[in-house]
Amino acid sequence: MKVLSTWLHEFLDAEVSPEVIADAFDDLGTPVEEEVRLGEGLAGIEVVRVVGLRPHPNADKIQLVDVDRGDGEALQICCGAFNMAVGDHIPLATLGTVMPGGMKIERRKLRGEWSNGMLCSARELGLNEDHEGIFILEPTTVPGTPLADALGIDPDVLWELEVNPNRPDAMSVVGLARDVAAKVGVGFVAPAPPVAAGPGEPVGWGATGSGGAAGAALSDGGAFTVDVAATDGCGRFVARVLRGLDPTATSPAWMQHRLTELGMRPISALVDISNYVMLEQGTPNHPYDMAKVAGSTLRVRWASAGEQLVTLDDVTRTFTADDLLICDGDDRAVGIAGIMGGAACEIGPETTDVLLELAWFDPTAISRSSRRLGLRSEASARFEKGCDPAALDVAADRFCQLAAEICGATTEPAQVDVRGALPDRPPVRVRTARVNALLGTDLSAARIGELLEPIGFRAEPVGDDHDVSIPTWRFDSATEIDVVEEVGRHHGYRNIANRELTEPRTGHLTDAQQQRRGVRRLLCGLGLAEALPLPFLAPGQLADAGLDPTGIELVNPLVAEESVLRTALLPGLVAAVARNHARRQLGVGLWEIGHVFLPPPPDQLLPDEREHVAVVLAGREAPAAVEVWQILADHLRLADPAVRNADLPGLHPTRGGQVTVAGEAVGIVGEIDPAVLDRHDVAERVAYLEVDLGRLYDAPRRSQAYRQISRFPASDIDLAFEVPDAVSAIAVERTLAGGDELVWSVRLFDVYRGPPVADGSRSLAFAVRLQALDRTLTDAEVAEVRTRLVALVESTHGASLRG
Amino acid sequence: MIDDIRRIAADASDRIAAAATLDELGGLDRELLGKTSELSGFKRRMGELDHEGKREVGSALNAAQESLRFAVASRRDQLAAVARREQAEAERLDLTEVRAGRDAGHLHLVTQAIEELEDVFVGLGFTVAEGPEVEDDWHNFTALNFGQYHPARDMQDTFFVGLGGPREVVMRTHTSPVQIRVMESQKPPIYSVMPGRVYRNEATDATHLAVFHQLECLVVDRGITFGHLAGTIDMFTKAYFGPGWTSRLRPSYFPFTEPSAEFDLQRPDGSWLELGGCGMVHPNVLANCGIDPEEFSGFAFGFGLDRLAATKHGVTDLRELASTDVRFLEQF
Repeated sequence: MKVLSTWLHEFLDAEVSPEVIADAFDDLGTPVEEEVRLGEGLAGIEVVRVVGLRPHPNADKIQLVDVDRGDGEALQICCGAFNMAVGDHIPLATLGTVMPGGMKIERRKLRGEWSNGMLCSARELGLNEDHEGIFILEPTTVPGTPLADALGIDPDVLWELEVNPNRPDAMSVVGLARDVAAKVGVGFVAPAPPVAAGPGEPVGWGATGSGGAAGAALSDGGAFTVDVAATDGCGRFVARVLRGLDPTATSPAWMQHRLTELGMRPISALVDISNYVMLEQGTPNHPYDMAKVAGSTLRVRWASAGEQLVTLDDVTRTFTADDLLICDGDDRAVGIAGIMGGAACEIGPETTDVLLELAWFDPTAISRSSRRLGLRSEASARFEKGCDPAALDVAADRFCQLAAEICGATTEPAQVDVRGALPDRPPVRVRTARVNALLGTDLSAARIGELLEPIGFRAEPVGDDHDVSIPTWRFDSATEIDVVEEVGRHHGYRNIANRELTEPRTGHLTDAQQQRRGVRRLLCGLGLAEALPLPFLAPGQLADAGLDPTGIELVNPLVAEESVLRTALLPGLVAAVARNHARRQLGVGLWEIGHVFLPPPPDQLLPDEREHVAVVLAGREAPAAVEVWQILADHLRLADPAVRNADLPGLHPTRGGQVTVAGEAVGIVGEIDPAVLDRHDVAERVAYLEVDLGRLYDAPRRSQAYRQISRFPASDIDLAFEVPDAVSAIAVERTLAGGDELVWSVRLFDVYRGPPVADGSRSLAFAVRLQALDRTLTDAEVAEVRTRLVALVESTHGASLRG
Repeated sequence: MIDDIRRIAADASDRIAAAATLDELGGLDRELLGKTSELSGFKRRMGELDHEGKREVGSALNAAQESLRFAVASRRDQLAAVARREQAEAERLDLTEVRAGRDAGHLHLVTQAIEELEDVFVGLGFTVAEGPEVEDDWHNFTALNFGQYHPARDMQDTFFVGLGGPREVVMRTHTSPVQIRVMESQKPPIYSVMPGRVYRNEATDATHLAVFHQLECLVVDRGITFGHLAGTIDMFTKAYFGPGWTSRLRPSYFPFTEPSAEFDLQRPDGSWLELGGCGMVHPNVLANCGIDPEEFSGFAFGFGLDRLAATKHGVTDLRELASTDVRFLEQF
């Protein structure tokens, strides 16, 4: 919402400085997004007439312009623009003028020719963004007059305010004035245009309203009718008739100026008046050309599905039963209620009689239609926040007043006023103790009343509390908490003292959060860099990464390349390697911790969302990733972590597998499938690990109990076995480690394939350290254990000890 | 005899001093001081001497042998030192030529910001709560007091997910649904912060991301006031940004808080930073979570992290935060 200081002041009883008003807007929750000081920087700018155009003797891009300041003398100006002709009226910055940018205009020579001022574009004067050439003025302007006078520009301040959905009142000049007046302590002057038409006999009067049709007689014996069939969509409908409009009238410059500054284009006198009333009073209204409204009847009803209307913007709209329409006496749609009128009954250059609509439509209905149709208008923006149903009379009077002044219209004395269901707004009990308990203030009941009264919240004392009547212009407010906010807003947030939380409590991270941090530190410690690619993938990206191609899709992605939720971190990290590879950044090592989204479990709405950790090591082979897994498992003290070879999607067919904890698969490890790398134009091998980190947080841990260290010397034995390839090295190692209580540690130190080891087997050499807590082992004891271990491995794994 | 001993010893001493290698010295040690050495021969011949002679020759012999042993030891030390020096020369390293094959790794600057903020709030007595990034309408909107056609829904451009009914499942548009999840699962008092990734369906540019991060803070307890909200924001501001910073609250609107406010921070130089939104938890929100709004009150505040993190490092284009280029990632 934009507002001008002069317009605002029409509803204030005292002059308030722009600084004070701007601060008040900020403190009231309608913060100033932009402030423009209008008419500033026009001092020293004069209207001049071009009397001669001559080429500059020493320059191509400058011409010499002779101008007349109204005294008949020709003054020479050098100018870089060529869009003016002899006789044009244009603005001149006279000598001594300080331009809006701070530049001072002085007499100076340009390439040897004197320039006695500067001719200006509209942008140079801060008037608009036009910088195509010199600003050509209307020929009716008088040379020698100040430009501000010639354009009718008074000094003013334009504020653009942010207005939140809970401030329907702030969508009007009047509403803003009321709020500011209360804040800065000046009087609010409520608009009171002369009453132009009688109240008529309201139909369906009352809180719930029965609607129905009502008519009023016209002075020429005719009649006009309003029929509210959709009482649940239209709470009130006021219609008036204005006659004898001068179709040639144009809106005055001051009105056009205000509309333009507030962002609306002047169109015709009647449309401008309509918009002016909406901006000022916050009441959207619609003038129909009465000659085009069949039966001089306006009917409000729900649309039937598939019904169509061409709106003012020449677009054919198709409706559902949830859209509210205005129809004529033939029940033909002439407008979408509260959103946009139809083209058929549009005001035109031949319009002399007007049927004027002012109404209150259900905000939800307007919001729903506006969203579904994708059609927002100034009217719908106001209706969907909730307009003031009681303001229709004043707004109608204002319309009639302006139409009389500008178009010479006379208003028929009768009006039709039909009421449907208006929201029931009983007074709200506002407890003084509750106000203070929520705000942390110590306001008296009387003070609360004083804060509320000026903004129209009538507070009736009830003991130490109040029954507060909520003003009709605050549709948003309905409950005690809404009133508490108003009290806080007008008391001033800055007047509420800071308090400290005093409840004794301990802050901490959960066990899982601490583990996550540990994993982050660990991966950094391995020299890897964390990446946070987008969790959205392109269609086909899962397939390109060798994974199941189905992922959960977004209904309304920004771009197709970001439309599928990732089911694994793999596609994003492979793409990351590829991007770095394409930039000749080889051998990158990245990691990521992030959410992945698997299909919902049965009977669940939301995806099976999991937290994964992944490590990608470009230029490295599978063992590098296995090592990371082993270090990670060791860091988290996982019980029984292992690796199981397997041919898995996305991974190298013979260099991949699952990582397991206590036999349960928790992730994948190995090298990225060469086919995947090919598709990504990656020419390096890439080692990869991805683990369901969420499962690790509460996976079984190995014992943290201290294992006593022997004071006696240890004995080391080396055992090399020929083991079939089908047998996991981890399994053999575990057999040795658990094979005898004297075994302290087992370490695989050599793997060998080739003669004399049989095909399909390999030699695995383990260093086994034996020790006892209470003695030095004898050679005989060591030999005995050795024999036992060898027998165990041979029988368990079909292995044989190598000689 | 004594003269012979002294002559032999002197001669031997010269040879020891002249020994060029440890091997040669070892040979000399055996030759001159071993059982078969010339001096040892004197020991055998001492039987021929009388008591006085034995004493004198024995004394001279011991002295000679002692001095030769000393000479061998000193010469050995000298030669060993030379040998070590040669060895050291042979294995000289220029330490300026060393480069680590890897560095200490890199935490993404957004993660760094999240951890720093979590630490500040943990220090202020808060726990950290988390929730899913794909949410249902209830948690993201309805429980937060967004009516089905409430205009405020337009304030948050939403990515809808192809699950459930139309518009039933969304990418969460804020971290506030985690408030609901916390309040649904936990009785007051609640003192929690909720960092996380959020999603808005709006075109990205240098200052706007569709996928970004927020942190929000929720307190629900008896006797919580708007003054506590302002005081907590101010305390957080000083703890995270520094003692010279202050904060202010300006009225605003969010469906899930009332009264609502924007909060701005003032830098020590007097300039302002618009950080986030806040307010008292709306009674409807408390009631939606089974908390009696007459017994308990609460506040919430939240803000975006990405701009903070980016500004700290002078990153002017927020889109860089999703970059996977190591030239970016390895700077932090």
